[in-house]
Amino acid sequence: MKYVDEFKDKNVVAEISRKISGLNVSANLMEVCGTHTMALFRHGIRGLLPRNIKLLSGPGCPVCVTSEADIDAMIGLCDVPDVIITTFGDMMKVPGSKGSLLEKRADGVDIRVVYSPLDALKIASEERSRPVIFLGVGFETTAPTVAATIIDAREKGLSNFYVYSAHKLIPPAIRALLNADDVRIDGFLLPGHVSVIIGSDAYDFILKDYGVPAVVAGFEPVDILSAIYGVLKHGKVENKYSRVVSKKGNIKAQKVMNEVFEVADADWRGFGVIKNSGLEIKKKYLRFNAKEKFEIRRPSGKKRKSSCICGEVLRGIKIPTDCRMFAKSCSPEKPKGPCMVSTEGACAAYYKYGRTK
Amino acid sequence: MCLAIPSKIIKIDGVEAEVEVGGVKKRANLTFIEKPAIGDYVLMHAGFAIKKISDKDARETLDIWDKLK
Repeated sequence: MKYVDEFKDKNVVAEISRKISGLNVSANLMEVCGTHTMALFRHGIRGLLPRNIKLLSGPGCPVCVTSEADIDAMIGLCDVPDVIITTFGDMMKVPGSKGSLLEKRADGVDIRVVYSPLDALKIASEERSRPVIFLGVGFETTAPTVAATIIDAREKGLSNFYVYSAHKLIPPAIRALLNADDVRIDGFLLPGHVSVIIGSDAYDFILKDYGVPAVVAGFEPVDILSAIYGVLKHGKVENKYSRVVSKKGNIKAQKVMNEVFEVADADWRGFGVIKNSGLEIKKKYLRFNAKEKFEIRRPSGKKRKSSCICGEVLRGIKIPTDCRMFAKSCSPEKPKGPCMVSTEGACAAYYKYGRTK
Repeated sequence: MCLAIPSKIIKIDGVEAEVEVGGVKKRANLTFIEKPAIGDYVLMHAGFAIKKISDKDARETLDIWDKLK
């Protein structure tokens, strides 16, 4: 497959691995992208690295970082009369303080899994008498697609399409990690597809303000290993995914995103509220904002107690195998926390590929 | 959430396109792409093409490592 097979070349992979070992350095590197978390395991990258290089999973899985309050609000929207809830599949099993969307669907709520926000819009145009709510979860890669869909809804004159925005921004989360100083991070592997949108210049602050190097990485073995080598060897902010990432990013997508969304504080699982780290729908598009249109009822009464350590896993303080529920009472079939639910969650990745590491 | 496999544009109709990946055809929205053309490879995310792949940059990256082999 073009642009895939070339970046898996085993001779190149072996050569870069040798070069990394030859550096003879110890480092904690953090990836801030759920797709990287899975790719690192799937390609066996961990096994190619010397023991003194540790890979930590950061807050890079959009479903995982969605706060329990937002999950509860989304589940609360299921009570809107005659509603159709539309969502990416990963959200279905995430437990809120009481129940999940999957349980709501079992109770008879019309919840439909979509691949694109445009699919949700299509449902809204076919079911004009019913409110259709899209649960907007994702980072800078997803937010422009949701923004474009809202613009499309306005152009089509649809008055029954709404979005609950829980979109989040990656650079403020990296800043929060570095400010918290909970764990030593010697370098970052930066998310390839978030970077397609925001550009590699958006990360200059990591080196300038914190003295930590960071490299934009693609998803094939050569991409990931070159990024690891770059971050260890050069100590700079670099872009090793230049075939799709530029310095300034995708300006067209940024314009669409900024037309519909404005930066706002956001609540992250594991972190709490991070200033200016989320996206809310602008006043101009108020009629598409589910938070404005519907009264959001959150569950009352006693909260479910859990010893889930997702929050600490997302901050790189703990790894999934530190959790006493891991692979015992918590598994992808019966997840207790979002990091085990999402196919990109660190717990799901450890469960599938690396229970002993 | 991110699909890193490049898709090839095979048909364009305004902002809509048909792309092909691994023999499977899918619809793609081209709102974010500058001057899309049939035969271009794009990255897809949630039904949208988010970036054209630069063949020149892909070659350059591979050449750097090829020289080291």
